[in-house]
Formats: sequence, C-alpha cells, structure tokens
Amino acid sequence: MVKAYDRVLAARSADKISIQDLVAGITDDFMELHGDRAYSDDPAVYAGIGTIAGQSVTITSIQKGNDTDENIERHFGSAEPSGYRKALRLMKQAEKFNRPIINLINTPGAYPGMDAEYKGQGYMIAQSIMQGLKLKVPYISVIVGEGGSGGALALAVGDTVWALEDSIYSVLSPEGYATILWKDSSKAAEAAEQMQLTPKELLDNEIIDKIIPEVKDAKSMQNFKEALIEKINELNKLPKEELLAQRHERYRKFN
Amino acid sequence: MKNNKSEETKDLQTLMDKVPDHLFIKCPVCEENFYNKKLGEYKLCPNCGYGFRLGAQERINLTVDEFTPIDSEISAPKRFLGDEKYAGKLEKSKKATDLNESVQTGFAKIGDTEFALGVMDSRFIMGSLGTATGEKLARLFEQATERNLPVVVFSCSGGARMQEGIHSLMQMAKVSQAVSDHAEKGLLYISVLTDPTTGGVTASYAMEGDINISEPHTLIGFAGRRVIEKTIQQRPPKDFQRAETLLKNGFLDAIVKRDQMKSVLAKLLAWN
Repeated sequence: MVKAYDRVLAARSADKISIQDLVAGITDDFMELHGDRAYSDDPAVYAGIGTIAGQSVTITSIQKGNDTDENIERHFGSAEPSGYRKALRLMKQAEKFNRPIINLINTPGAYPGMDAEYKGQGYMIAQSIMQGLKLKVPYISVIVGEGGSGGALALAVGDTVWALEDSIYSVLSPEGYATILWKDSSKAAEAAEQMQLTPKELLDNEIIDKIIPEVKDAKSMQNFKEALIEKINELNKLPKEELLAQRHERYRKFN
Repeated sequence: MKNNKSEETKDLQTLMDKVPDHLFIKCPVCEENFYNKKLGEYKLCPNCGYGFRLGAQERINLTVDEFTPIDSEISAPKRFLGDEKYAGKLEKSKKATDLNESVQTGFAKIGDTEFALGVMDSRFIMGSLGTATGEKLARLFEQATERNLPVVVFSCSGGARMQEGIHSLMQMAKVSQAVSDHAEKGLLYISVLTDPTTGGVTASYAMEGDINISEPHTLIGFAGRRVIEKTIQQRPPKDFQRAETLLKNGFLDAIVKRDQMKSVLAKLLAWN
C-alpha cells in the first residue's frame, strides 16, 4: 500500500506533468488571456480560451514553475489576489458566452505574502467561492498535484471535482498541520496519514467525484480528455436550474 | 551596598506580590497598563479604543435588545470524536463557553427591527470553523432567507478547524452558498469582523457582506503572521493586518467602536 506521505511527495514531484502541457494536451487549440483588469497579471494563474472536440471552453489554472526562475515568478504555484481576480473575471466571461469552465489546480496554497494581504487575499478567495458557486455554466475542477486549502477551493466549487491519481487535497499542508497540532513540522508523514488527503480517501468522503489515472503519456492524456468531453456533454444537457440545483446539493451535504 | 540593593528589590517584590494580578490590565495593542475598572462594560482600552475579546453571550447582551437562540444543540459530528485529544478540546470548550459550537446563532431584535444573528466565540477552539459551525451558519442564512430577514454575523476565528481537516474547508463553500442564496433574494448581510478574524473565515463569509465593518485595531488576515514572516524573511509592520490598514486599502466599509455598534447596526438595518 502506498503511504499517504508518498502520495504527498508524488503530488509535489518535479516529474508531474506541467499545467501548460496538460492544457496543450486536452485542447485542440488554446490562447492564453492575461490580466485582472485592476492592477496586475499573476503568472501563477494560467488561463484562457480553447476548444476541446470543437467545444469552446474557458480554462483557468494555478501552475507551479518548471525551473527556479519560473517558480520564483509564480511563487511556487501560489496565486496572489490578482490571480484570483483574473480567474474570476474569465469565469464570469465564460458564463456570459455560455462556455463550460475547466479549472486545473496545482497549488500548495494562496501566496502568504505581505502584498497579497494588503490586496485582499481573503476577500478575493471569498468572492471566487461565492460567485463561482453560482456560475450558470458547467464547471469542472481537477486537482492535478497539490490542492492546498482555500487557495485551491477558490477554483473548485463547481459541478464536479476530480483528482489525478498522484494528488492531494487538504485544509493545509501536512507540514503546517503537524506544526499547528503537534508543534513539530517533521511529523508531516504522520500528519499525512491522519489528514485523509489522498484521492481514495477524498473519494470515500465525497469531497471529490472521480480519480483520473495519472497523466504521463499520450494514452493517459487521451483518457483524461475523453473523460472531460463526456462530462461536458452530460452537464451541457442539463437545464440551468437543474445544473445549479445539483451543484447546490453537492455543497450543502457537507455536514 | 550590594546587599542593600537586593534587600530593596526584595521589598518591592513583596509589595508587588500583594497587588492582585487582575487589578491592572495591559492592552495587547498599545501596551498601556491601566486599572481594570477603566475597562468598562464594553471592555475598551481607555487609551487606544481596542475592544478586548468578548464571549458570544457577552457580545449579544451588549449589542441587541432581544435574542432567541436556534440550533443550540448542534455540535461536532460523532465521526470526529474518535480523536480523543480533539474530543477533550471540545468538552473543555463547551464548559468554558456554555456553547456546543464556536458560533451562537438565533434571531435578534434591536428596537423593533428583527434580524438573524450569528456570533462566534474565540474561546471555542479559537473560534475555528468546524463542520457544525458551518451547519449552524448555513441554517441561519437559510432561515433568514425563508423569513425575509437581514443577517448580521460577528466573526472571530483562527480559521478552518484543523482537527476536521478537509471537511472544515468544505464549510467555506457551504456557508458561502447560503450567503449567496440570501443575497439573491435581495436581503442584507452585515459582516462584522472582530478580533481576530483570519484564515478560512476571512476567505469566506466574513468577507462576503454587503457591508463589512470592524472594530478598532482588529486583526484581520488570511495567512498567519508567522507563515508570512517565514515566507518573505522579514517582519511586517505593526499595523499589518489591522482593521485600520484594511480600511485604508479598501476592504472595510467602516471601523466602529464597540459602544457605537448597536446604534450603527440599527441605522444600517433601517436603511436597507
């Protein structure tokens, strides 16, 4: 049996497919769109419009970097308020043009910086959640690697949430959890066992709806793409009221 | 000489030992020491106006004329109680606060104006957002929506409840959804962020009000100060994550002193 912490390491592995490769793999064509229309463009959030099997979709994502320079620029996959504002702007635009939304998430959490606080990190995550829940178009989220806390939830409040095989989704990092509860960050492996953060446990707890086989070659990419197409077609058939009612039930049942 | 001095010190220490600790209070914000009677019924620092932390019931007594609690029996789901350490913490918090969860919810009146009221209590596991906290708040908004009533929530929280893991995170979505349903009906939600409001509560319902207000010097933030210091390797200024800074940066509508809170709420409720 794979230990929970091995899953944490796999989710963080540098060998994990990059978000941009994933987007290129599932779309026939894609164009990145920039900017939050307020003051900035956060490179941790990669977003735009593309087509999947002829269907236009809006994709927003949180990405880590492929090398040190990119990682510094993208804060190791931690978005700033500007990034969430950009994502929300493009999701609202998707709603306007009746385009399904696909969100790909690989983030250890929202960026804990001074400027991020000054510019309303909490406010922007709150708005992404509250407004995201009400978007009247199919909304699919996929945890690709790390799904860290509120920073991940901000882009994962749609109709269905999936997770790649080697991914985790948690209230905070196992290191942070161990620090807060046991004042010892070295107990991360022990924390990971307790936190129920692996895809299997998340599925059992109905936090996610599906586990996607790890995307690492053309075949697994095709499999992921087909799963997306099937789900989009299914959600597209639902009347808007029904779509929103089902989504409402998905989040109301967490008690 | 040396001996004399130590004698003197000893005398002073003896004298000081005779002064009961609780007679003098130090303000955690301005660090001024003052006689406890100066705190007054609103528990305000006479120097800087900081409001000392209040329990939920104390807050309710100071803010509204009438209050009828609902869902008081709701507490953490049984599936979490296998964790003995957590179960112990819950028991301790229940005893300390006379509450079953970190929020008290119900229907309140100021004068003739009725509204739904939620008040968090920081003594209950740091006011953390547990599954039952989320359930009580969601029900509060749902009932208010049904009865066409405005909602006022006094937040104070360390954020998500670690012991309930991912289930705690999901409460942010569940409560936000209830806030949004309430808003869609054209109803007013006033969020009052009190000391401290942080983490997942700031990143959900505390920042979703039509009107977001706070009290002087309230700590409001998403990330914890220590995490930020570790990330950026520098120490943020003293006013970092304080209500005055959020007001300046555009994230609060107003800062209201505690002894004015009731009249300000009455006014805002009447105008909406």
